[in-house]
Amino acid sequence: MPAEALKCKECREEYELGASYVCERCFGPLEVSYDHAGLDDPAELRRKIQAGPPSIWRYSDFLPFERRPRTALDAGFTPLIRSERLAERLGVGEVWVKNDAANPTHSFKDRVVNVAVAKAQELGFDVVACASTGNLANAVAAHAAAAGLESYVFVPADLEEQKILATGVYGTKLVAVQGNYDDVNRLCTELSGEHPWAFVNVNLRPYYAEGSKTLAFEVAEQLGFELPDHVVCPVASGSLFTKIARGFDEWIDLGILEGSLPAFHGAQAEGCSPVAKAYADGHDVCRPVRPDTIAKSLAIGNPADGVFALEVARGTGGSIESVTDDEIVAGIRLLAETTGIFTETAGGVTTAVLAKLAERGDLGPDDRVVLYITGDGLKTLDAVRDVVSTYDVEPSLESFNDVVPVAGRV
Amino acid sequence: MWCPSPGESRLPTVKIPAQLRGLTGNESEAEVEGSSVGEALEALYSRYEGLRDRITEDGELRRFVNVYVGGEDIRFGNGLDTPVGDGDEITILPAVAGG
Repeated sequence: MPAEALKCKECREEYELGASYVCERCFGPLEVSYDHAGLDDPAELRRKIQAGPPSIWRYSDFLPFERRPRTALDAGFTPLIRSERLAERLGVGEVWVKNDAANPTHSFKDRVVNVAVAKAQELGFDVVACASTGNLANAVAAHAAAAGLESYVFVPADLEEQKILATGVYGTKLVAVQGNYDDVNRLCTELSGEHPWAFVNVNLRPYYAEGSKTLAFEVAEQLGFELPDHVVCPVASGSLFTKIARGFDEWIDLGILEGSLPAFHGAQAEGCSPVAKAYADGHDVCRPVRPDTIAKSLAIGNPADGVFALEVARGTGGSIESVTDDEIVAGIRLLAETTGIFTETAGGVTTAVLAKLAERGDLGPDDRVVLYITGDGLKTLDAVRDVVSTYDVEPSLESFNDVVPVAGRV
Repeated sequence: MWCPSPGESRLPTVKIPAQLRGLTGNESEAEVEGSSVGEALEALYSRYEGLRDRITEDGELRRFVNVYVGGEDIRFGNGLDTPVGDGDEITILPAVAGG
């Protein structure tokens, strides 16, 4: 459907569809608004989606482009797996794991970058850039390389080595900033005013954020165009969380889905939980914090969409929870041992929150729950270094029998 | 160029974001008097018409405006009462970036 304008979420002021992200009147965030006219036959819309390409571009009618862009590296169409073992372990009716690690650079950030880089090209930018906690860095470097654009990627200097290497390999200008993500973000916000670059999560943020809606569309389509009862999703800036809600909402409005929004549960690490804290305290704004957690991809102490994440959680009967670093590691193991999916620390946060909600009785035998796994475990190997050990043996049966406990019948 | 002599205090500088430069005659920074962030911003508002309403609402900073002193969010300090002086740099930025 055609994008109409950029609209301020705060004061509703409208702007042209350009590279801007802030309302000049009130500094509120701009969001893409669409003209829904002509999209009035849900059955036809579903058929058209199903006939589309195996990527986020099957949903291009709901993304901010006149016609489907052609991109060099396509994201999306990742597996949604029903895990009976995880559901049984937790006493929850149905647990569906959306494994978005199965993207080109192994996190959901490929979706938002796929959209943002396509928009950057359409707007005529030669250089793309981003402030990143790591996953976005991987994605921007890769999609820029595939598109033949120059890129600048800004990360906190203490980022996991895996994420540094998996970004630098694409030939980007990788800038390691002495500071935390919020410092990186402030620097990039300043730089975006000084250089004609497409910062995907600054001046292109309204388009970039739209890419996250495809995580709602895809899950709904994979469930046979049905809604789950609950979703559990990580919260860093709050953008992904709010845009998944927006995606379901748009399809409910268009009649593609029937029912109401699922209960939205946000997951944060206790060492960086400004949104969970505001939720628990009944506040509608988030007080910034200094992050201290192993979940570095969620370590945003000053979340841009925190206020909107709170609205979504409260408005859908959901919640925003936090878990400790030990619980995060336990979450990584729980998911790995029950589903065969190895997730990074952010997925450990999400799985640990799922377990917490189930334990508390907020999720039960009648519930269908979707767990959003947003990144790959190989990105944060250090997190599990202390919980994995080997049996060390000589290459002989005797040594094996001495050292290794033997399962099954002998 | 004016240079401070030893012992003389320098004025704080406010860095203006690109979105507000239409109101400042395209100036990207301004030296203002004030011993707190609040006072410095008041001095800025009286210099440039229209700026106050863009940054504040009902006397408070708008919720999507971030203010930093020396790179540190003033909410980690004393908010608008955070002291400034000695050539401190106050930065005003939109809050809705990143993630």
